Amino acid sequence: MTSRLDGSGLGLLKGMAMTFKHLLRPRITTQYPEERLTLSKRFRGYTMVWDRERCTGCATCAKSCPQGNIEIVTSKGADNAYVVEKFELDSGRCIFCGLCVESCPYDALFLGMEYECSSYRRGELVLSKEKLLYTPDKQRSAYARPKLEPALPRQTLLIEGDRGSKKR
Amino acid sequence: MAPINFWVLDNFWAHLALFGIAIIAFVLLMVMVFIWFERRAFGPFQLRRGPNRASPWGALQPVADAIKVLLKEDIVPAVADKWVHFIAPIIGFLPVLLIFAVVPFHRGHGLLPDMNIGILYVVAISALGVVGVFMAGWASGNKYSLLGGMRVIAQMVSYEVPLVLSIISVVLVAGTLSMNGIVAAQEVPYFLLMPLGFIIFLIAAMAEINRGPFDLLEADSEIVAGFHIEYSGMKFAMFYLAEYGHALAMSAIAATLFFGGWKGPGDVYLGILWFLLKIFFIFFLLIWARVTFPRLRVDHLMGFGWKFLFPLALANVFIMAAEVIFWGGADGGVPWWVIFVNFPAAIALIYLWSRLFKFGGGRVDVTA
Repeated sequence: MTSRLDGSGLGLLKGMAMTFKHLLRPRITTQYPEERLTLSKRFRGYTMVWDRERCTGCATCAKSCPQGNIEIVTSKGADNAYVVEKFELDSGRCIFCGLCVESCPYDALFLGMEYECSSYRRGELVLSKEKLLYTPDKQRSAYARPKLEPALPRQTLLIEGDRGSKKR
Repeated sequence: MAPINFWVLDNFWAHLALFGIAIIAFVLLMVMVFIWFERRAFGPFQLRRGPNRASPWGALQPVADAIKVLLKEDIVPAVADKWVHFIAPIIGFLPVLLIFAVVPFHRGHGLLPDMNIGILYVVAISALGVVGVFMAGWASGNKYSLLGGMRVIAQMVSYEVPLVLSIISVVLVAGTLSMNGIVAAQEVPYFLLMPLGFIIFLIAAMAEINRGPFDLLEADSEIVAGFHIEYSGMKFAMFYLAEYGHALAMSAIAATLFFGGWKGPGDVYLGILWFLLKIFFIFFLLIWARVTFPRLRVDHLMGFGWKFLFPLALANVFIMAAEVIFWGGADGGVPWWVIFVNFPAAIALIYLWSRLFKFGGGRVDVTA
């Protein structure tokens, strides 16, 4: 639809009014190191968490890994069960697909919630079973583990006007 | 107000040295503040925060930038014309400093001389900056910088005309060329008396200082960085300084011509504060325009300058001249109620001309 006022410079004023409205709106950026958004409950993040009690050493995770990244060595223990001697993965090669977590029949493996995984040495990215071991202070993602979901904090959604700016 | 009687004001050389240094310090400081202010204002316009790392509110960001740029290697291209390449930033920056010699910061004082042809001097000097820019574009020995230099010549020649015409309408009403005289003559700020003239001045000034939608000479997406593509380090900093110094100068001139310079309520010593406030207001308008409008195409730029601004500026001069002749008092000037004539006249003229004005040439409408 064309109006008599089209092309008479009114669009310029409309544009300036629009940008002025933007001036009064809250900002959409997050000041990262100080402010952090809460991630999705099913975030596929850094540092797998491995539960020694639940793991039977079946190595399904190692078989499902598309990178062939999980190295697991077991030996026969006292009551004929496997003892996991070595459980190691190179997180530098991990693509965080989560197939190992999905395939674990005993819910012994979890993905983490961390995302700051840079390091000065490649060697530091190789995680041994001591580093992966589950302790109560480690944040586990609810990816493929829906039972964990209720305990995790709600994700910050920008659409709700929540800037999620929690200070550390 | 008692006249200030320092011995420095009586001694020519002491006066020159003191206020020369004061002007240089003022321009350098204000350029830093302007850079900070612009980046800080761009933030909320684009829903972000702008610089906020270096000191509270990012106030030291321009200092950090300056230190960074000074530590950079100074590269001169092998095919460059060495001397012209060296001297171009100086010639680009010098006119900016010279403009401030006549800008009245305070009642009755330009900082250096109180020149009776102040605004003529400003027009003459501010046109010199383009020489430096073109020298830079030419001497770099680079296609893109030459294109930028060529563009700036075309743009300056086109937009100088409406700029000067809108200044002429101010001079007609004020009846003087002196910057102080113009300020003193403003009973009503001139942007109310001649809205059309103010709009034309603002648009032409934006083009003149090569920012906002008129930054064709350094159009990043077309010719990389235009005239300063081959400049680095201190020389680049000079161009950056000149760009913002020019914006500062144009804001100061617009504040003087259309917003009544140092005039404002309160003590006369507050004059400089009012002046700075008005400068920042004008600069905010420039930022606002820059953040809103996309860059013009080259032919559209020329068309807009010659076919739209130029006739309207002429019309504005004729209207103001007629009002001075028929309604003006014995000492020139126009009565305040011409506001009610000039605002409808401005709107009508802009509307009318937008009907007559069409972008021609180079535009192909493809219809199925």
